[in-house]
Amino acid sequence: MGGSMFTRRDFLKTTAAGSALVATSGLAAPAIAQTTKVKLGYVSPQTGPLAAFGEADTFVVTNFLETAKQMGLEYEVVVKDSQSNPNRAAEVAKELIVDDEVNLVLVSSTPETTNPVSTTCEAEEMPCISTVAPWQPWFIGQQANPGDPASWKPFNYSYHFFWGLEDIIAVFTGMWSQVESNKKVGGLFPNDGDGNAWGDKVVGFPPVLEKLGYSLTDPGRFQNLTDDFSAQINAFKQANSEIITGVVIPPDLTTFWNQAKQQGLKPKVASIGKALLFPQTVESLGDAGHNLSTEVWWTPTHPFKSSLTGQSTKEVADAFSKATGRPWTQPIGFAHALFEIAVDVMKRAEAIGEGASVAKAIADTKLDTLVGPISWGSDKLPPFAQKNVAKTPLVGGQWRLKSGGGYDLVVVENGLATNVPLGGKMEALA
Amino acid sequence: MNWLDTIFQGILLGGLYALFAAGLSLVFGIMRLVNLAHGDLIVCAAFLILQLVSALQINPFIAALIAAPVMFGIGWVLQYHLLNRTLGKDILPPLLVTFGLSIVIQNGLLESFSADSRRISAGTLESASLGIGVLSAGVMPLLTFASAILVVVALNQLIYRTALGRAFRATSDDVATAGLMGIRPNRIFATATGLAMVVVTIAALYLGTRATFDPTAGPARLIYAFEAVIIGGLGSLWGTLAGGVILGVAQTLGAAINPEWQILAGHVAFLLVLLVRPRGLFPRAVD
Repeated sequence: MGGSMFTRRDFLKTTAAGSALVATSGLAAPAIAQTTKVKLGYVSPQTGPLAAFGEADTFVVTNFLETAKQMGLEYEVVVKDSQSNPNRAAEVAKELIVDDEVNLVLVSSTPETTNPVSTTCEAEEMPCISTVAPWQPWFIGQQANPGDPASWKPFNYSYHFFWGLEDIIAVFTGMWSQVESNKKVGGLFPNDGDGNAWGDKVVGFPPVLEKLGYSLTDPGRFQNLTDDFSAQINAFKQANSEIITGVVIPPDLTTFWNQAKQQGLKPKVASIGKALLFPQTVESLGDAGHNLSTEVWWTPTHPFKSSLTGQSTKEVADAFSKATGRPWTQPIGFAHALFEIAVDVMKRAEAIGEGASVAKAIADTKLDTLVGPISWGSDKLPPFAQKNVAKTPLVGGQWRLKSGGGYDLVVVENGLATNVPLGGKMEALA
Repeated sequence: MNWLDTIFQGILLGGLYALFAAGLSLVFGIMRLVNLAHGDLIVCAAFLILQLVSALQINPFIAALIAAPVMFGIGWVLQYHLLNRTLGKDILPPLLVTFGLSIVIQNGLLESFSADSRRISAGTLESASLGIGVLSAGVMPLLTFASAILVVVALNQLIYRTALGRAFRATSDDVATAGLMGIRPNRIFATATGLAMVVVTIAALYLGTRATFDPTAGPARLIYAFEAVIIGGLGSLWGTLAGGVILGVAQTLGAAINPEWQILAGHVAFLLVLLVRPRGLFPRAVD
């Protein structure tokens, strides 16, 4: 290999240019896209502290490949595990691009996974669709200088769909307003992509809470996987915080909540992002998880259908429970939607081997998916993010102990997406 | 009352660090062996307890009772067949071997248990708490601290009151002469490591019920264990307990100022002690 000056990238460029030539020479371009085998790369945290996010991946990918086969589409999916480690995520993204030579990279779950993968793809001119991370940590976190909004630049190859901090703030405060409290909030923001964005004094919780008349106690950023939360618990007790919020990884929530109980912190409301998304975390708290609240991005009651299989949200969730014997989780919908968009994009792409043409097809997407309508370029976002970010609806929910054991996630707040039916009213913690 | 509570929680946290460190302290005191795989052995024991709990559906405390003799056996074999071969005038071989062992254990655990974070569930005991005056303390942290004291007392009794302890001390002082007196140092060393592994099992029980662990969580625990041993003075078990408490209090005090300072404050306290008392607070005579 040593002496060869003809690199893989040159090869890709020449072949891509060749296929672009074919496409423009009057031959039926879509037919090419239909008959060529499409190779997708998929990165998600399947092991490590974020493993709960990746729980549905095997189910979604197997189902997708079956569906593709039935539809006569030739697809191959290379699945990579980020092991919940940002460095590992960047490494497997490189592998997908260089070794597996995929046509499109899909990535999901938390900025610690989406950002390194999106950044790698952007640098390698590989189209990439990302999801399951609020858009601010995704967009701002990848900028050369996150502190200077004037320097922020849109991306050419990386696209993202999910909700943003403005949505979660609206949902959380919507839930809190349903419960009588002293409006004193304690914030648990760790030192990671999400925590820094949530606690940010410009784009995060502090300015909005102040405007709405809440006072926030933020003891400061802490390391993920901390053994001891007494400092935070003390600060919240001192400030008499009746509302606890934050964005914590699942293992830390268990440590925090147990210590809070041990040390006599008794809030009326606890709305925690990220950790409380999953039934496993809530179940690991025993009965202490009753009425904890969280953001809800997807439930089996969301009124959407898959563009691939035509299944409703309920049908997909039921299929998951039947196949795995596990309760449904929110990432199912988004992982499914990633593949819906991938198929739609590859259908429209003029040349599947050419990054720029696939990226253009992503930008032109207008698709009704299992997580709602997806299209980039919405004017509901600030101008700098309009090109690369598409928003999905967000509601709020509470975990309720079922009589036979286990927990149900009940939607209690839908101010931002009234088409999602409510399942009950917000209740205070006992 | 905030500061009082912070210091109190720090002392309880120190109990956990002292448990991490007691095994290390014991092994170093007797055979001058620095075991870099100590943290990974704690995580390994935690996985063993977790396996027993989920396979037999038993209380984690009973599982630890079953795991302790198993770990004793592992420690004995490890010392007798591997680590004894590395002991000698040169301090480098044991360091290198235990460093390698640490990598082997981590990857072995990763291969068999995946990178998932695990936790040992202690049921209702987890969130149970006791009110002590104005303070409220979790039952589990109190048990952890009590166990740390118990371990130190028991090990001291063993070392200073029994024939085995006499053999420990004799080999520690002079291996050659102890050998002439009919003590087989290799067996004594193996027993000591086995005992250290029993302490490791107790540490693993409390680590696993307090926080989550994964195959790569070991080295982080090793640092705290090391710092506790060094702060307390090499070879002194009570010193190790004191070291753990100093580390725990430094961390909670640091966190009370700002959570960003939590980990750093512990390391700073360690460096300060090294600066003022390079041999630790309670060093054992002259080594």
